[in-house]
Amino acid sequence: MKLVVKGGRVIDPGTGVDGLMDLRIEDGTIVEVGENLKPDAAKVIDATGKVVIPGLIDVHTHLREPGYEWKETIATGTRAAAAGGFTAVCCMPNTNPVLDNPGQVTYVLEKARREGKVAVYPIGCITKGSRGEELTEIGYLREAGVVGLSDDGLPVENAEVMRCALEYARMFNLPVISHCEDRHLAGDGVMNWGPASTAAGLKGIPASAEEVMVARDLILAAATGGRLHLAHISTAGSVRLVREAKRRGVAVTCEVTPHHLTLTDRFIQESGYDTNTKVNPPLRTDADVAALREGLADGTIDIIATDHAPHHTDDKEVEYNYAAFGISGLDTALPLMVTELVGGGYLTLNQLVEKMCLNPARVFGLSRGRIETGGRADLTIIDPEERRTVDVSRFYSLGKNSPFLGRELTGWPVVTIAAGVVVHGEGK
Amino acid sequence: MRFNRKDILGIREMGSDEIELILDTARSLRDIITRTIKKVPTLRGRTVVTLFYEPSTRTRTSFELAAKYMSADTVNISTSTSSVRKGETLKDTARTLEAMGAEMVIIRHPVAGAPHFLARNLRASVVNAGDGMHEHPTQALLDLFTIREKKKRLKGLKIAIVGDILHSRVARSNIWGLRKMGAEVVVSGPSTLLPPESATLGVKATHRVEEALEGADVVMVLRLQLERQRKGLFPTVREYTRYWGINRERLRLARDDALLMHPGPFNRGVEVSSDLVDGNQSVINKQVTNGVAVRMALLFLLLGGKPDEISR
Ligand SMILES: [Zn+2]
Ligand SMILES: [Zn+2]
Repeated sequence: MKLVVKGGRVIDPGTGVDGLMDLRIEDGTIVEVGENLKPDAAKVIDATGKVVIPGLIDVHTHLREPGYEWKETIATGTRAAAAGGFTAVCCMPNTNPVLDNPGQVTYVLEKARREGKVAVYPIGCITKGSRGEELTEIGYLREAGVVGLSDDGLPVENAEVMRCALEYARMFNLPVISHCEDRHLAGDGVMNWGPASTAAGLKGIPASAEEVMVARDLILAAATGGRLHLAHISTAGSVRLVREAKRRGVAVTCEVTPHHLTLTDRFIQESGYDTNTKVNPPLRTDADVAALREGLADGTIDIIATDHAPHHTDDKEVEYNYAAFGISGLDTALPLMVTELVGGGYLTLNQLVEKMCLNPARVFGLSRGRIETGGRADLTIIDPEERRTVDVSRFYSLGKNSPFLGRELTGWPVVTIAAGVVVHGEGK
Repeated sequence: MRFNRKDILGIREMGSDEIELILDTARSLRDIITRTIKKVPTLRGRTVVTLFYEPSTRTRTSFELAAKYMSADTVNISTSTSSVRKGETLKDTARTLEAMGAEMVIIRHPVAGAPHFLARNLRASVVNAGDGMHEHPTQALLDLFTIREKKKRLKGLKIAIVGDILHSRVARSNIWGLRKMGAEVVVSGPSTLLPPESATLGVKATHRVEEALEGADVVMVLRLQLERQRKGLFPTVREYTRYWGINRERLRLARDDALLMHPGPFNRGVEVSSDLVDGNQSVINKQVTNGVAVRMALLFLLLGGKPDEISR
């Protein structure tokens, strides 16, 4: 397939490009970057008035396959990723069975090769069965293709196990991803602990439940020199701890989700206890949202990741306490961030691309996330003008669990090109 | 004022004028309870369903009596007698109720927000009879009614609420209601049972019960859920009673004419001493009677009765 993308504003912080430019793509590779490229025999994609960025990379996706195919599959999840402007996703290992051995990882990669719309990079478990007791065969997992390790959803409670994981994974240059949650402090809470939980009458999860684990893992990372990546940090305290650790030179990176950057705990009662607001970590306060935005801007937070957690309506159309935790995020992440963060003046478009392409590639060692001659042709074309209301019935994800229903957003991806193939939008 | 609300989900959303209207309506209806023939035909042929996911004979009976006095038909669904127990989802139960043509559903549920879920899924009126730690609006209304009747006003009164404020829906609803009606509220209990940032509720909070009782016009004692002790929120019942139990000596710190209230059922000798329950400052039995009147008022207003209809 030969393509020429013409007339768009190309933004790539990785190569420092920001200007009107054409791109020629052949056999999955960008072969020419320049002005006034001739179409020759190639198909032309007119990007006039649009913005062309490297394909987005989501480092925290739950594809649910194998084991929970009624919630999402590799096919539907990667289709949603393509629609959301992502050309690669890192899938979390809390499937059934969990991805704790090389065979499981190979299965997912094989399935993704056949049915996936975009690239899939599996994350392997830290411990066997994600039970938090014994390390997985981290070397074999690496050979099978994992790009990171996580017991997401089940925090590694035993500090010695976490220490060993950081120490051992360092040899294979794999980041250890920590889902920071002290399960005793979190208890059976379902939303952020504070005035909003008092008013709503729901059990609270205090900020400290996250922060004591962030603090512990930062101390362990400093002690071992291992690579720590903190998943979905959500509190002002976590931002402060990471900022301080980075200043001391601790090898830590972290991510934040679009929902933690845009919603607060007050919305739970305002929405009439909409269970689509139920997520772990919980939506926090205005002060936390402000601190997270500040942390993104000053570089404390490296990555925006969706923590895409699709659920079936049966898991959500129940009483708040009984509903599953999680938000379906792939379909809305980009326009949400363009509208709220870029539109709100918290990040430049260049910084947003850094947080959603360049840094994900850097932290997880993926050779992508740039627009350059000879590079992989993964591109997302955004229409900065298109205004559209979030409509879950148009989601490609099987998970319709979005608290953003009815929000008017701009910056929707109109074309997604993965490895030189149009996987979403015009010309598909 | 006209009452046009489909549901009663909480006091927090109500205006003081609405509260006033409900209390006034209850005042007119209460006489019916004291008659020998306790029936008025006002709601004949209307169907009221009580849907209880938590056992509470007290609240359910109160609603049932209210419905019966108004000649409405009642259907009781509770966890031990229906498909509720067999794991039917609330959504499916809502569909069944809709198909039955229920005009009003009174729901008690251990999860906050369950009445909101039902209200969204039903054409019928939904009355929250207590949801999780969120609200228990009819309890607050009957408490306001009782205080107003005894004190002839609510504005400017000092109300002390003592006990497990953090987990109490009764406290929540009373706080919203009392604040809206211009009363001052002080809450007291062990710091592990006080809500975070109590000031956001518009109340003063203190772990020193004496401070809360000082000069109070009303002392509202909450039921102590003994399972909180097992969760480590306070060490022993004995120690709880030592510091927060309301006894005669402590009650003396309040005004001489202070009312003693308790939503019941109470643990005698734990959160309140036995002599006070039966003493002359106690209005606990009045609360029960007034509960029926307030619930009659709500049924009446929600099912479309005009306030002037009953004053005749
Ligand atoms: Zn997680
Ligand atoms: Zn996750």
